[in-house]
Amino acid sequence: MACVELKKINKTFGKIEIIPNVDLRIEDGEFVVFVGPSGCGKSTLLRLIAGLEEPTAGDIEIGGEVVTDLSPKERGVGMVFQSYALYPHMSVYENIAFGLKLGKANKGRIQEWVEKTAEVLQLTSLLQRKPRELSGGQRQRVAIGRAMAREPRIMLFDEPLSNLDASLRVQMRTEIAKLHDRLQSTMIYVTHDQVEAMTLADKIVVLNGGHIEQVGTPYELYETPASLFVAGFIGSPKMNLIPATLQGSAQGNRSQIKICGMGTVSLDRGTSHLEDGAKMTVGLRPEHIELEISGPDSGLEVVNVEYLGNEAYVYLEMPGMEDLVVVRESVPCQVQAGQRVTMNAEPALLHVFDTDGRSLPPLASVPTGEEAVQLASQ
Amino acid sequence: MAMADSTVTPANADAGEQSLARSVSPTRRHNRVHRQRLRAAWMFLIPMLVVLAAVAGWPLMRTIWFSFTDASFSDISNYSMIGFENYLVYDNGAWYGVLADPSWWRAVWNTLFFTVVSVGAETVLGLIIALTLNAQFRGRGWIRAATLIPWAIPTIVSAKMWGWMLHDQFGIINDLLMTLGVIAEPLNWTANADLSMWAVIMVDVWKTTPFMALLTLAALQMLPSDCYEAAKVDGIHPVRVFFRVTLPLIYPALMVAIIFRILDALRVFDVIYVLTSNSEDTMSMSVYARQQLVEFQDVGYGSAASTVLFLIIALLTITYLYLGRKQFGGDA
Amino acid sequence: MNRKLLRKIAVKTGFGLLLTAIMLFTVFPFYYAIVTSFKSGSELFSIDYWITSFNLENYQAVLGQGSFVTSIWNSVVVSTSAVAIAMLFGLTAAYALGRVQFRGRGTVLMIVLGVSMFPQVAVLSGLFEVIRAFNLYNDPLSLVFSYTIFTLPFTVWILTTFMRQLPKELEEAAIVDGASPVVTLFKVFLPLMGPAMATTGLLAFIAAWNEFLFALTFTLTDDQRTVPVAIALITGGSQHELPWGHLMAASVIVTVPLVVLVLIFQRRIVSGLTAGAVKG
Repeated sequence: MACVELKKINKTFGKIEIIPNVDLRIEDGEFVVFVGPSGCGKSTLLRLIAGLEEPTAGDIEIGGEVVTDLSPKERGVGMVFQSYALYPHMSVYENIAFGLKLGKANKGRIQEWVEKTAEVLQLTSLLQRKPRELSGGQRQRVAIGRAMAREPRIMLFDEPLSNLDASLRVQMRTEIAKLHDRLQSTMIYVTHDQVEAMTLADKIVVLNGGHIEQVGTPYELYETPASLFVAGFIGSPKMNLIPATLQGSAQGNRSQIKICGMGTVSLDRGTSHLEDGAKMTVGLRPEHIELEISGPDSGLEVVNVEYLGNEAYVYLEMPGMEDLVVVRESVPCQVQAGQRVTMNAEPALLHVFDTDGRSLPPLASVPTGEEAVQLASQ
Repeated sequence: MAMADSTVTPANADAGEQSLARSVSPTRRHNRVHRQRLRAAWMFLIPMLVVLAAVAGWPLMRTIWFSFTDASFSDISNYSMIGFENYLVYDNGAWYGVLADPSWWRAVWNTLFFTVVSVGAETVLGLIIALTLNAQFRGRGWIRAATLIPWAIPTIVSAKMWGWMLHDQFGIINDLLMTLGVIAEPLNWTANADLSMWAVIMVDVWKTTPFMALLTLAALQMLPSDCYEAAKVDGIHPVRVFFRVTLPLIYPALMVAIIFRILDALRVFDVIYVLTSNSEDTMSMSVYARQQLVEFQDVGYGSAASTVLFLIIALLTITYLYLGRKQFGGDA
Repeated sequence: MNRKLLRKIAVKTGFGLLLTAIMLFTVFPFYYAIVTSFKSGSELFSIDYWITSFNLENYQAVLGQGSFVTSIWNSVVVSTSAVAIAMLFGLTAAYALGRVQFRGRGTVLMIVLGVSMFPQVAVLSGLFEVIRAFNLYNDPLSLVFSYTIFTLPFTVWILTTFMRQLPKELEEAAIVDGASPVVTLFKVFLPLMGPAMATTGLLAFIAAWNEFLFALTFTLTDDQRTVPVAIALITGGSQHELPWGHLMAASVIVTVPLVVLVLIFQRRIVSGLTAGAVKG
């Protein structure tokens, strides 16, 4: 068990820079999830920590010791692979014991260890089976058992659940979470699935194009996304991102922001670094919008209503915006397709992003008790 | 964003410069695993490379060396250098050497003729067999297995078997052809100057067509079935589908098989030597070289012929590799 | 309707004829060798399409010659040893070529491919000198040595193809478990390479078993020869009077084991042949 520190890590394959420059610190015992779209460098980052790839520049420290030149074994890492990568010709017992045997532990100790691991993972009755005789979930558990058998300082998971079906995935997710509670070891977990990230992580690292977009708890990422990318990535259905422009320059703590196709709102965001007319984006979570049926000549048109049982999604067409606006409504849903509606939202719940996609948080930490802004076409 | 760190302390500036220098040469260092793997790779390769050098590299160099000497098979360690005399020399108003020997040129012609005709026939027949076996029918596995039989039989044995079938007096082929009324009297297949090359080709085609058929079949079975279904739906004639869809798709695999066979056919020895012995009518380059080398005991002259043969094949191989380099370099 | 039916029947008949022709083409010569091998004396000179007699005289005669049995033994020893050497060196080389990225890998692959294209006659005099120097002339050991010129590149080439197909994550799992390249190769990959090794070994064995030029050149006396040379050199009383019965019996003896092997392993052989060629 140990903390991990990445210092100015760069990884370049040939001429392609996968990871330009990453600094990251992972605390002892933390469950950290790397999340991002495919090709964002999250797997590469994990493999760099594992020692399966070598950084082009920069250093990796584990437990305060520079391990950049060390092999995975010397680093004390265990890894669970996406395809499980169990040794097909070995029994479950041999799979778990393989690393221990190579570590030249004595036989009695190996057996003790394997049995202990098997017990934790409920594999005891399967120890003599070959991987091909196991179900997907069982194989997954063997892969985890193999990774933890040598008591690694850090356990790494590379999209471990992506080969399982949906229901099994939920079940294994819970088991991994329980395992972390029990072992209290540092775990780093890579996934493209934001639900997995949100449910498992103590800390989420959102990656995009080899950069770290934001590091934070699931709550922080959801409530205060640091960038447009994170705002769009975390949350389902996606946050509505509506084009806007800055009107005039900031006056005191307040900025006038004109939201595309809608009215202008006055918000307490620091926009002093922006010029008059700068392009901005306003983000609104689907559940933070309240709808009100308006007359046939005003408001926005409801394009579609999706009924999901426990809730409903209402899709609105917004002039000047490509995507439809999504609103989460409780059921029974009052709104029907073809109707026109106006949208209301608490100003404190608006996310405002500047031209570079960086978030502009409210200046005052205490909500100012403003009136709800009405967002509707003129 | 996390990387936007603009505070430049001296230490940081240093690191920045270093990382710049590093990104110029991406393989600046390897961790222990990679170093161990690289070392292991060469340790694993060295035995093979040593063996190849001993059985191929060194002997080849010695052969080329011998081609400039007058060494003899019975006493190979006693020789003197004679320059290019084994290849070509002008002496007393006449040219001598391998390149001036009509028999050599006859052997070159025979080899080329053999190669073109037999590989051509094998390709066409192999394609027919492969297309047939690609259809779904009962007992396909058995027939496919049966086609492997000629391939597995030693060349010597197949040459002898065909030698017997082509026997001038008691051969079954003559009997069959006479029964069918194709010929009036028995032919002496292996001794007749006009027929013996065809007899050789017949045996080779029989022996190697299965190889071509299996490679073609493998290529056929990798074809996507949807374009066939599309063609079927469009009502395109099967012959047209074959030339417009199938052939272009299997062409790369077919070409590889053909080139392998060409390089193989150019060094043909066994079948010719066993079926027709050292007859001039069928003698290939390999047979010629070996005859000079072993039967006439003239290691120098025979080596010269071998060297020329090697150069021809090397040239073809290099051309092939050069043309296929793009595809090769991709995964190398 | 009727025309359609006729057409269907015609196509079916044509296909059947084609299959029959293919079967006859591939199997008949071997079948005819078997027919002939059961004939003796003057029976040989009547042409029969079916087995008319069942006379084991030829087999007794061939196997009664001590030298033919010795040749079989020589062939077995030579082919097996040549394949074993090729497999050992080929396996390690294939691991390096198939799994490790290193500079010069393309060149080594080119060398391997190049050597497999060598005309055997081009190394004949050079090899002869080496064999003489090691005092191996007229010794089957000379063949074990010289056969590696084709078994080794072939083995390396095909095993490299198979080696590449093994999943990358398996090797990485082994690395994380702390396995060295040697351990990875012999404890993780080798057990999974069983079928590939069997295929490659079989193909290399057949190539070595069938080799003729080196065997003809590097051995001199009956008791040192391999089977192909022994068969090629079976002669009768005079040049024009070959003992065809004996010849066919000998041919059947050396071919039947191969045919049986091929029929048993046909699927594997096909995959091996295509792995070697299609990927080339």
